[in-house]
Amino acid sequence: MQAVKYARAESVEEAVRLLQEGGEGARPLAGGTDVIVQARERTRDIDLFVDIKHIPEVVDIRHGADGSLTIGAATPCYQIYGDDAIAERFPILVDSCSLIGGTAIQGRASLGGNLCNSSPAADGIPSLIVLEGQVEIAGPNGRRTVPVEDFCTAPGRNVLGSGEFAVSLSFPAPAEGSGSRFLRFIPRNEMDIAVTNAATQLRLNGDGSVAWARVAIGAVAPTPLLVSDAADALVGRPLNEDSIAAAAAASRAAANPIDDMRGSIRQRVHLAGVLTERTIRQAAERAA
Amino acid sequence: MVTAQSQPQSKETEQYNVIGTRPIRHDGVDKVTGAAQYGADLNLPGMLAGRVLRSPHAHARIVSIDTSKAEALDGVKAVITNADFPRAADAEIDTGEGTANLRWVLDNVIASDKVLYKGHAVAAVAATDHHIAEDALELIQVEYEVLTPVLDVRDAMVDGSPLLHDSLHTKELDGSSSDNASNTASHLQFTKGDTEEGFAEADVVIEREFETSMAHQGYIEPHNGTAYWRADGTLDVWTSTQGAFVVRDSVAPLLQLSPSQVKVTPMEIGGGFGGKIPVYLEPLAALLSQRTGRPVKLTMNREEVLLATGPTSGTYMRVRMGAKSDGTITAADVHLAFEAGAYPGSPVGAGAMCSLAPYDIPNQKIDGYDVVVNKPKTAAYRAPGAPQAEFATESVLNELAEQIGQDPLEMRLKNASVEGNTTAAGMPFGVIGNVECMTAAQESPHWQSELEGPNRGRGVAQGFWFNIGFESSAYAQVNGDGTIPLVLGSTDIGGTRASIAMQLAETLGISSDDVHPHVVDTNSVGYTQVTGGSRTTFAGGWAAYECAMDIRKQMEQRAAQIWECDAGDVAYGDDAIIRGPADEDGNDRQFSFKELAGQLATSGGHIVGRADVNKTSSGPAFATHIVDVEVDPDTGKVDILRYTAVQDAGTAIHPAYVEGQMQGGVAQGVGMALNEEYFYDDSGDLKNASLLDYRMPTALDLPMIEPIIVEVPNPGHPYGVRGVGEVPIIPPAPAVRAAIASAIGVHMTELPMSPRAILDATVLDED
Repeated sequence: MQAVKYARAESVEEAVRLLQEGGEGARPLAGGTDVIVQARERTRDIDLFVDIKHIPEVVDIRHGADGSLTIGAATPCYQIYGDDAIAERFPILVDSCSLIGGTAIQGRASLGGNLCNSSPAADGIPSLIVLEGQVEIAGPNGRRTVPVEDFCTAPGRNVLGSGEFAVSLSFPAPAEGSGSRFLRFIPRNEMDIAVTNAATQLRLNGDGSVAWARVAIGAVAPTPLLVSDAADALVGRPLNEDSIAAAAAASRAAANPIDDMRGSIRQRVHLAGVLTERTIRQAAERAA
Repeated sequence: MVTAQSQPQSKETEQYNVIGTRPIRHDGVDKVTGAAQYGADLNLPGMLAGRVLRSPHAHARIVSIDTSKAEALDGVKAVITNADFPRAADAEIDTGEGTANLRWVLDNVIASDKVLYKGHAVAAVAATDHHIAEDALELIQVEYEVLTPVLDVRDAMVDGSPLLHDSLHTKELDGSSSDNASNTASHLQFTKGDTEEGFAEADVVIEREFETSMAHQGYIEPHNGTAYWRADGTLDVWTSTQGAFVVRDSVAPLLQLSPSQVKVTPMEIGGGFGGKIPVYLEPLAALLSQRTGRPVKLTMNREEVLLATGPTSGTYMRVRMGAKSDGTITAADVHLAFEAGAYPGSPVGAGAMCSLAPYDIPNQKIDGYDVVVNKPKTAAYRAPGAPQAEFATESVLNELAEQIGQDPLEMRLKNASVEGNTTAAGMPFGVIGNVECMTAAQESPHWQSELEGPNRGRGVAQGFWFNIGFESSAYAQVNGDGTIPLVLGSTDIGGTRASIAMQLAETLGISSDDVHPHVVDTNSVGYTQVTGGSRTTFAGGWAAYECAMDIRKQMEQRAAQIWECDAGDVAYGDDAIIRGPADEDGNDRQFSFKELAGQLATSGGHIVGRADVNKTSSGPAFATHIVDVEVDPDTGKVDILRYTAVQDAGTAIHPAYVEGQMQGGVAQGVGMALNEEYFYDDSGDLKNASLLDYRMPTALDLPMIEPIIVEVPNPGHPYGVRGVGEVPIIPPAPAVRAAIASAIGVHMTELPMSPRAILDATVLDED
């Protein structure tokens, strides 16, 4: 590990200033579960950590009167899955947050960090996408908002510019009759990076047909993918073998994975279909 | 004093006071409180931190190395390369579980003209802290001429394959060597009967090919080595090793020192399983210390452990086996090609000798090939060579049983090796528990249970491992209060302080809590071989027995001196009462052990018992395992639902530690079966050099493994010990394969049987 400087920001403005002054080698520090390892292994050149987890709006959970939700980007996973209202209305966030790392890591790791690390296999991002999450970004030119599905641009890369960092994530209230589910496939039962993952949020009509749906898949492309074709295969149709199979086929068609030690191309494409099918079925169970 | 939960002794150990009970291990408190000192815990005044520069290429010629910029960096105290070592002699040295040429040992520690695997050490730095040492590595300029890597054992054996060593020729059975240089270091063969005739008698013949991946032992503590080269020319080495004497006898000749100039202190060890026998860092630390005059500590990170220390061999294997329709196996032909890694010395010989040992097959031919490839030099791993070889043979046997329609345990019983049989390698069996394990498995609740549900299946397999004996020492002095410090040379990996102390206590008739075992340095105990080969409780226990008998004899003599009688009239009883002839008044005379211990100092001085044993015999070990699995046909994932491990321990000295060895072996065997593999790309880059991507089973991946200890005492040991550490790693892979076949009807042909491999063989099978 090279020598690294540390600065603690007390406000969003101070964090922006410190990041801007630090330039290329400056990096926001939330839980640090990715960036500290990267600095230690010298896989990323970092000479300044700007600690953002002492800024109140970056570490809190806010429930809107309309049922919407805002989570500070550095809020640790354990607080998210420990929040009863989130567990009731956004159970897919519990799915993701309880899979990222182990118990000790979940005390530090955050959804904002998971998003900004921008791994194609991130276990948080597909869930944020199907919840229609919006990322609030602060920077030298003030604040802006970006849909989660547009945030990542390549493995380890995203839309954040110089001096910018993610402040919070916001989600609209899920409509009545909605259900959501995130699943990942790993060869073991713990301690693995997803070979493929998938998330579905859907809303059922009274007649069992699908009123609305979003499907996202991960570890099958340079960034997590929103699969609109999979949602289109479901919406307006009864939820049955045929529509689910069509959605799974859409996910397989959208998948464009690499071959590596974690999975082969054929395996990942196949699993994109399997997990799409399983998340649809389990999201529907939660909707019912 | 901490005490263990009391559990009844087994029928076989009821005759004993200590053996067969479950006392808390002597080293337990230090380990659970963190007081135990592992290799990386050592800190010495003035100590420097070392780092190793490693090759980015799997196969390359070193054109030049320029260390000048690194040497100039502030805080750097020394930089060394292979050229700084004395020229190694062309001589074989004992490496614990075999021998190796000293030149190759040195070249593996630090590359000379060529690098032969990614991660091969090229230079080493000592600096005032490890961050500076790391910075220095980036300043060392190495020019490489990159060569084509040889990564597959079959490719390596082909004429015209790029050669790792221009000087390597294939050693044949008759001692001759091939004319042309080759990557095949040696060929061995064992035969019995006539396989052509045997196959002609068979009603069913099955031939299968298998490939298995290199697999890592998975010890959690990384390798380490600290050295201090004193001004008087003597060298102190501290390291986590399975064999302090092997380290001494490797380091001394590499640095052209006398063994008397080198003292090796074994630190507490965080797992080894065979992987902590070879030297890697110790010679580098020693030379860096000589250059700087200061102690130097080197530690590996996990990536270095996986890239550059010895895993077990990847293999290509072919087995042909024939049987009559009544289940009698008539012939077997076994072909084993094992990756040795960069230098000769795979465990193919042991694999070949084990491959058919559980069965009395009249006609056998077993061929083994030791082949170098551009991967790290393999090291021992728990029953080296046997898990691979027996995976192949047990798998074909299971398929034969399936085709014939015979129960796989019945078929094994029909062909089982028994006392009086001799293996193809010429090893005669004495009293063994092969059949007893099979029948105990048949009678187990698991085998008697029904397995229901879709995609579920059950498999069984047998395992055999030799176990070894060899040299062990035990020194023990009797203190005035009747307690005994017991000095041992065996690194304690699996509870051997306890198991050896218990045998000393049993022999003396005292409590094992009164024995205090200590693992000491190479100057403080007699020569002791590595903790490996399942030998430590066997040979160390034998030394403890003889040491205790030495004490008993001296106690008898001392009592005779006190009583002024003939020593022949004094007897040390198994109840630890020393009885002599009646005194002049006709009264009985006796001492308890503690009473006499209390009089030693004033009756002629203290007593030290000692024993140095060298046992060429052993107690072969057999095991029968049963596993139930469920396969997810959509993802190819295999869940272990239930696992029962039956094993003949001879005598289970400390049954809890025997069970622990059985369960640990199963966990590792299941790992090799399902997910563990060295994943290389075409350039020879190991892509999964972390415990995130090298997937060993976690606690969530295994059910409680049910151990069933069978005790067929080994008549070749004072207490019937066989050694228990290794055999339980052998049956899991073939048992799991059979269970998968029973669940989904697919016979896998590779290890690991990962979700990817199972999908490729099922829903993604393009054929």
